[in-house]
Amino acid sequence: MSFQQAGEHTPAPFCRRLLQVTANEKVGAYRLLWALDRDAPAPLPGQFAMIAAAQGWGAGVDERPFLPRAFSIARRREDGQCAFLIEDVGPGTARLCALSPGEGLWVLGPLGRGFTPAPAGRRTILVGGGIGIAPLMILQDAILGAGAAVGSGTAAGVGVRFGADATPGESASCVALLGFRGREHAHGASLLHEPQVATDDGSVGHRGLVTDLLERHLGDESPAVVRACGPPAMLESVRAICERRDIAAELALEAGMACGYGACYGCAVPRRGGGYLRVCVDGPVVDAAELERVS
Amino acid sequence: MIDFCGIELAHPVINGSGTFDAIAARRVFGEQLVERFPFSAFVSKTITLSPRPGNPAPRLWEAPAGLINSIGLPNKGLSGYLAEDLPQLAQLPVPLITNVMGSTAQEFCELVAACERRPEIAAIELNVSCPNVKTGLDIGSDPRQLEAVTQAVRGQTGKPLIIKLTPNTADVAACAAAAERGGADAVSLINTLRAMALAPGSDRPWLGGRTGGLSGPAIRAVALAQVAAVRGAVALPIIGMGGVQSPAHARDLLRAGADLVAVGTESFRDPAAAARIAAEIY
Repeated sequence: MSFQQAGEHTPAPFCRRLLQVTANEKVGAYRLLWALDRDAPAPLPGQFAMIAAAQGWGAGVDERPFLPRAFSIARRREDGQCAFLIEDVGPGTARLCALSPGEGLWVLGPLGRGFTPAPAGRRTILVGGGIGIAPLMILQDAILGAGAAVGSGTAAGVGVRFGADATPGESASCVALLGFRGREHAHGASLLHEPQVATDDGSVGHRGLVTDLLERHLGDESPAVVRACGPPAMLESVRAICERRDIAAELALEAGMACGYGACYGCAVPRRGGGYLRVCVDGPVVDAAELERVS
Repeated sequence: MIDFCGIELAHPVINGSGTFDAIAARRVFGEQLVERFPFSAFVSKTITLSPRPGNPAPRLWEAPAGLINSIGLPNKGLSGYLAEDLPQLAQLPVPLITNVMGSTAQEFCELVAACERRPEIAAIELNVSCPNVKTGLDIGSDPRQLEAVTQAVRGQTGKPLIIKLTPNTADVAACAAAAERGGADAVSLINTLRAMALAPGSDRPWLGGRTGGLSGPAIRAVALAQVAAVRGAVALPIIGMGGVQSPAHARDLLRAGADLVAVGTESFRDPAAAARIAAEIY
């Protein structure tokens, strides 16, 4: 595994690829969709792909979906199996959740910029909300190394070593704080190693917000960096907390996008100091300092 | 080889303005993009005199078999484009068409005169889907205004001049004829159709720019009708576009009278779509 410049990106093959779905696992409210992607370069944690079902994409009710959908590459095995975490919330995700092994999946990627490894001697605090745990799965895989068996499938086929100094499986270097709506969604916590969980209704773990857990952890003496992905309100809260405490944070953003490679200019979010950044090519992982606020 | 206004093109498939950012794509895909460049000419996104940040989010809405966009023409402005983007676009292996938009004839002339001085630019396309500051009407929807702007700009350049016609007009053939009288070398159509979406469950527009432009397969039949109408009205070369996803769709536009075909929204779904279409167009 060769080291690559962190925060940079792995170039994508210049065409979408027709892959075969190999598994579709139910994980509470989510689906973990696996496809075999032998020819693609290994993604960096935080990179994403544009995906669409090869059949039954469009021509349904309202003639949607039409465009591919952006998903974090949530896990990747050495053999090229990669996984996407999906929740059925609309016509595109409904179709993706219904895919069976053997069906075709169009994939373009890996796309965008990934996470940066923490500086030596710093803990990484992962903060995830709901479906936003997806890029934290592959990031934690990279930090903990090949030895860590986590939930569905061990994974080490990422294109950068994040935990070169850490003993495989050593969890002190990385803590995962995950927030969910309730019990059904909290099943997603099984996809990360030794997570601490908060739920809105208190059905699992801490009753309240994942940022409550973050505040608690930042009270520790040991220096840390934060890597977060989740709904905008959660990310804004993480951003504000980290800004107040002067802690380096990277946020994986989500935005509706048509293309994923800088062509459509649809995924613009306001940049601190004016203008916009494109989530697809300037992100999806951005330094929190680049944003005035997440909305 | 195809001759388009004196420019030699390897095949008849180009991109629609604003649907492909070759500079960003080269960062994403690396040198494969240059080696396997899908278009036979590259059309830039619209350049304006001053920089524009673009519209507030949200900028996209997925429509039935299509896309409504309200991007707002973000660009670095003329001087930023000429200094930063043009040298990079000149490295592409195909002729470069620069698309410009002004809000007055004077602004169009300034933009075109600057393009005239740059040898990297093979042809100039005018985006006339912009409101006249006095009348509020799109310049391109009114044949008289369109002829006047074309005529004014014609005096500024010897390069091929393409007018990108708007479909949001009563009579697109009359607009094409006006462009021809004004001295255009070619016309391109169709631009997006004005469209709107409401935020789900509300009476508010979804898009930050309130309305947007509809593209994709949803407008393919409109494009075919408008290209055929324009073919009946002018002798100029036509760049036809609107919802092209396959070689068959491209052939339809050629049969209806287009000389070149542009691919736009389909490139969003597959960046190499135009190469696939060009390979099997005949």
